[in-house]
Amino acid sequence: MSTLDSHDSERRDFLYIGTGAFAAVGTAMAVWPFIHQMNPDASVKALASVELDLAPIEEGQSITISWRGNPVFVRHRTAAEIEEANSVPIEDLPDQDARNANLPEGTPATDVNRVIDGKDKFLVMIGVCTHLGCVPVGEAGEFDGWFCPCHGSHYDTSGRIRKGPAPENMPVPQYSYVSDTLIKIG
Amino acid sequence: MKTLAKLLTAAALSTALLAGPAFAAGKAKNAQDIDFSFEGPFGTFDRAQLQRGFQVYKEVCSACHSADLLHYRNLGESGGPEFSEAQVKAIAAEYEIQDGPNEDGEMFERPGRPSDKFKAPFTNANEARAANGGAYPPDMSLITKAREGFHYPWYVSPFIKMWTGNGGPEYVHAVLTGYSDPPEKEAANAPEGKSYNAYFAAGPWISMAPPLSEDGVEYSDGTKASVDQQAKDVAAFLAWAAEPKLEERKSLGLQVMIYLIILALLMYLVKLKLWRDVEH
Amino acid sequence: MSGHSTYEPKNPVAKWFDKQLPILSMSHDFLVFPTPKNLNYLWTFGGILSMCLVIQILTGIVLAMHYTPHVDMAFNSVEHIMRDVNYGWLIRYIHQNGASMFFIAVYIHILRGMYYGSYKSPREILWILGVIILLLMMATAFMGYVLPWGQMSFWGAKVITNLFSAIPFVGDWVVTLLWGGFTVDNPTLNRFFSLHYLMPFMIAGVVALHIWALHIPGSNNPTGVSVKSGQDTVPFHPYITMKDLFAAIVFLILFAFFVFYKPNYLGHSINFEVADALKTPEHIVPEWYFLPFYAILRAIPDKLGGVLAMGGAIVVLFFLPWLDTSRVRSAKFRPIFRQFFWLFVINVFILGVVGANPAEGWWIIVGQFSTAYYFLHFLVIIPLVGMIENPKPLPASISESVLASQPKGEPAAQPAE
Repeated sequence: MSTLDSHDSERRDFLYIGTGAFAAVGTAMAVWPFIHQMNPDASVKALASVELDLAPIEEGQSITISWRGNPVFVRHRTAAEIEEANSVPIEDLPDQDARNANLPEGTPATDVNRVIDGKDKFLVMIGVCTHLGCVPVGEAGEFDGWFCPCHGSHYDTSGRIRKGPAPENMPVPQYSYVSDTLIKIG
Repeated sequence: MKTLAKLLTAAALSTALLAGPAFAAGKAKNAQDIDFSFEGPFGTFDRAQLQRGFQVYKEVCSACHSADLLHYRNLGESGGPEFSEAQVKAIAAEYEIQDGPNEDGEMFERPGRPSDKFKAPFTNANEARAANGGAYPPDMSLITKAREGFHYPWYVSPFIKMWTGNGGPEYVHAVLTGYSDPPEKEAANAPEGKSYNAYFAAGPWISMAPPLSEDGVEYSDGTKASVDQQAKDVAAFLAWAAEPKLEERKSLGLQVMIYLIILALLMYLVKLKLWRDVEH
Repeated sequence: MSGHSTYEPKNPVAKWFDKQLPILSMSHDFLVFPTPKNLNYLWTFGGILSMCLVIQILTGIVLAMHYTPHVDMAFNSVEHIMRDVNYGWLIRYIHQNGASMFFIAVYIHILRGMYYGSYKSPREILWILGVIILLLMMATAFMGYVLPWGQMSFWGAKVITNLFSAIPFVGDWVVTLLWGGFTVDNPTLNRFFSLHYLMPFMIAGVVALHIWALHIPGSNNPTGVSVKSGQDTVPFHPYITMKDLFAAIVFLILFAFFVFYKPNYLGHSINFEVADALKTPEHIVPEWYFLPFYAILRAIPDKLGGVLAMGGAIVVLFFLPWLDTSRVRSAKFRPIFRQFFWLFVINVFILGVVGANPAEGWWIIVGQFSTAYYFLHFLVIIPLVGMIENPKPLPASISESVLASQPKGEPAAQPAE
């Protein structure tokens, strides 16, 4: 009688544990749609790329356009600004990665790696402070680049972080020249 | 009490017999049933048919009918016509889409992109009416779900429709192919500029002239473009447009059903084991 | 839940916690709660309804993340959910069909209570709380149906809000207040969205009271005979929990069938057309779960009368515990009531069919007859049958009735405790 009982209880346990596990797997899978629905939806992911004609932007002038809801800074830099950016030794930079989506990760943050080669007059980057997401002010700060008023991050004329709490350089989005003066972001 | 029950049953039955035929069908004739590939629990869309149907929509219907809920990108998404990415871009680029304002504050036209909505033939409903003799060509995005091709007496309708559905795609096909000469007694009071169509829901007089013609489109896959074939293809395309996640829904449904049935069996065994020692 | 728990956690941390917030001992009491062992599967619908409420709240919260309550965008935002949002179609179809599943379950639950006399002393408050939940469910479902802003949404909202215009003197003022305008419009949609989000949590609150009220006398059972001893009961967990879970999974199969294979079967095709305040659809019908009440509304050829009749059809349920004069709970032992019960069910079904068809010709007569019978059942038949009926002898206890129904030759084992 007792052996029969113990044998029975084992079978019972197996059924209970098996059913419980099976139910748990199903529940876990049912959770996924509820999480995944918060990811960018098909219409957001399909958002068009933006085209911009650089010709009207004069030297020393910046414009801000909206791309995927974020500001993109496009600056026609002066020779002095490029010179200033080039004069900084890379070892002095808090973030030595170019953060350029058009180049592989780990590319050194030289000024030329922040722009498209041969078009180094035009700096294109996502104008969002890498600290906590504010939009920095142009032609400001201790390095003549950008200054984020929220928590005091200073960026240089290449958009690289130089001082303050921000950990990274402002990122360069994926973009290319469709024609000599027309760029396509995204 | 028994008499009461009998009376009630009799009342219900006589109601069924008297009122049934009178109210069951609207004015429109029942659409002919078509064996679409996407019917049934395992049905999927026929890609080639959706591509042909899109061609009919694009070359014929879209002259008057918008499809505001569709984007060109949808044409390349899985479960739909599945045009290639390059094809989708090319299709989108055929349209001039209004964008802007530009730096000067002006709206401008540019070639369409996959992320754009299907370009509507008219900018607003009033323009659409004005261009169509006062009749508004309805949006096509949900037309196969918003219309019913099948009408049955009320006492059988819920049971038949569980099996056949509402016949929305069939309705589209029926209206497109259902033009005929009006019966003698109707012909006399034919409204100006309207055609006779016994399948049209708000009919029988319809403002749309017969839109399809034999070989009116040229199919690249060699399918003979008869009026019937075009109507079937565009009905299938619009069925997809109204329910683009149909394939995803059915395939996930199968997995969920299998899972639930197994779990129900296991739970039943658990319950049996547990209650075996209880007299209940 | 009644009185202090005898349970004391063994773990010292749990003990310390439970002394300050006795959730552990409460849950323990909940799990060991003695429940009649002869409950049939109709008693699983309470659990199924809780599941429905949770499903509706979870999917509803998700839908609210993507939905836009504005007359220009509501319809398209629902289609955006169906087309673009990851698994949006699934979550929306669950929510849409979930409403129907909720009502299927609640109607079975209510009819079970009527058949087995679960509303009778000492469970009147439990029953009344249940009717309040039903009312809240109806309001929630109605407002939710307006949100997709299709043709039926709009005209349903217009017709139902206009019911209030039947109130003497202040009717028009009340309707304008409900609308926030001169017709159903953007302000109406916005407030309906807000209230549709609020009411499920009110339902959850009343459900908590409903369960609390259940735990005072304990569950009724198919014999209607009160629990006499421990022999009559099993602990709630695992016996009832596992049985409820099994039933819930079976119910989910039906649910999934609609969601995945017939998602729009219970809806109306006209609601795939965007709301048009200038054009009424030919045939306005509410969702199936409102059809019997809609038939009662239309049966009375007077505006105020129709509204009162429809309201009365629910209000009469509040008085059911006192309308029933029988001392016996379960219809199992009430041969005459049992037949009237099924007549009532058939009559409600007929009302539903009447509600789905146009108010013309024979339908009007059938509708009026059925409406009269609906009230006759509660106001005349139930009190009278209770008085004149001669109930069958009741079993002495639940255990006795269980043993009597056992096939012969099987040893009668002791119930597991």
